[in-house]
Amino acid sequence: MMKLRTIAHARAGDKGNLVNISVFAYRDEDYATLIERVTEERVSELFREHITRPVTRYCVPNLCGLNFVLQRRPTDSVTRSLRLDAHGKSLSSLMLSLEI
Amino acid sequence: MKIRIGAGAGFSGDRIEPAVELAEKGHLDFLVFECLAERTIALSQLRKREDPDAGFDPLLSERMHAVLPACRRNGVRVISNMGAANPRAAARETIKIARSLGLHGLRVACIEGDDVLHLKDAFMSFDDQPLPADTTIISANSYLGADALAEALARGADVVLIGRAADPSLFLAALIHAFGWEKESWDLMGQGTAVGHLLECAGQLTGGYFADPGYKDVPDVDRLGFPLAEVSEDGSALLTKVDGSGGLITLQTCREQILYEVLNPSSYITPDIIADFTGIRFEQQRPGAMRVSGAKGRPRPQEYKVSIGVDDGLIAEGQISYAGPGALERAELARQILEKRLARTGAEDLRIDLIGLSSMHGTPPDWPAPYEVRLRAAARFTYEMDAKHLTREVESLYLNGPSAGAGVTFAVRENIAIVPALIARELVNPIISMEVA
Repeated sequence: MMKLRTIAHARAGDKGNLVNISVFAYRDEDYATLIERVTEERVSELFREHITRPVTRYCVPNLCGLNFVLQRRPTDSVTRSLRLDAHGKSLSSLMLSLEI
Repeated sequence: MKIRIGAGAGFSGDRIEPAVELAEKGHLDFLVFECLAERTIALSQLRKREDPDAGFDPLLSERMHAVLPACRRNGVRVISNMGAANPRAAARETIKIARSLGLHGLRVACIEGDDVLHLKDAFMSFDDQPLPADTTIISANSYLGADALAEALARGADVVLIGRAADPSLFLAALIHAFGWEKESWDLMGQGTAVGHLLECAGQLTGGYFADPGYKDVPDVDRLGFPLAEVSEDGSALLTKVDGSGGLITLQTCREQILYEVLNPSSYITPDIIADFTGIRFEQQRPGAMRVSGAKGRPRPQEYKVSIGVDDGLIAEGQISYAGPGALERAELARQILEKRLARTGAEDLRIDLIGLSSMHGTPPDWPAPYEVRLRAAARFTYEMDAKHLTREVESLYLNGPSAGAGVTFAVRENIAIVPALIARELVNPIISMEVA
């Protein structure tokens, strides 16, 4: 077992009450591993405290990347959230903690 | 022909030094400052209500003072949304600064028309999200596109100031103007939008928001240089920065930024285009220079997106720290005390976090107890008296809580929430006016 961080990097961004987290393989040959291990089911489970419905995954092969879209709770939109991380900017680090 | 566009700011409070570096050494044609977050414009509208000459970007004066002399010297034209809620006042201020710097003849355009508060009856819901109640609406601004910005450049503006515009449109406008791209050349618009999107967060393309020691190292990040794009007429571009500046541009920084704040990578919607990033290619041309090409586009949407600013009551927050042996147990006790004491007030969504353990992602399993932990309580209130009750209860944890609590801070702030909506394009009319210093 190793953490996703070993083979991939990530960035989180926000749009209203949606957060996107993009994940990219450092090496092209690891992209297949991302597709196989970083699934909608596993990511939804990892982020269960933050989301109201299962995450959506977009595969972006030209970038050796995956883009996840998370629906946050209505009280957790960027401009309403009481969280210290109102934007969800730190969630890319949670993504990289995924065991693969 | 090639056009060089620099990114001088990626948010309202951004560092000014890298923008000056670009203006002086970037051999630029255009320098773009993106300074307007979703909520900033609502706050600016409130400032304008109190003072009709206020409501533009608080750093506009400092930025203009810093960059205008070099821009004038090097023939660099400036495009920015620093107009915020008051582009006209922003233009007046810029004229004043230009005159004080002896930059006579500088042409400053302002674009108004994004304020659509008077059209609120025509708003349509966005993604099935309910429209806010009329009485709570503070402001409403429509995201304008590149058309009016390009028109202002065509009329000879050296500086163009707008309020709410889509971020990539600020960059796309320069390309439309310089290359004379036809409005319906959707693939060119898509590629220009990709370039704009890569540049709009400035340092986020050059190694800002990127460093992760041992995994992703960034050289001289303290002197982080901002990016520039040398764009060809076919929309492809070379992404680079001023030689000798800190930071880096690599495949990794480009990939992270092209999907930043993107939902569906095949449908990135702006007022100008529905851009498709799924064919994008990044190739390293030389160390520190990445070529980008391959974005496409489909016809733009029939509506403009509107950001509605809504009065969302008050948010009160208070914090206190515990350290050393038993820190976590004492913080937990403080949490229980606060929950009981605050149950008696009108708090909505009371949230108590332990910073150092669980404030960001929830409690991680099997994590060792931290040496120090900071309790943070936050809640929404309707009335100030109740909001202050929360801050007083946190402060009272000094004399009425667990041992050795320290470092209390607290604040109450008015909150403005943003609700998105749509409006028919034909109802929104950007107006350009020009003044000469």
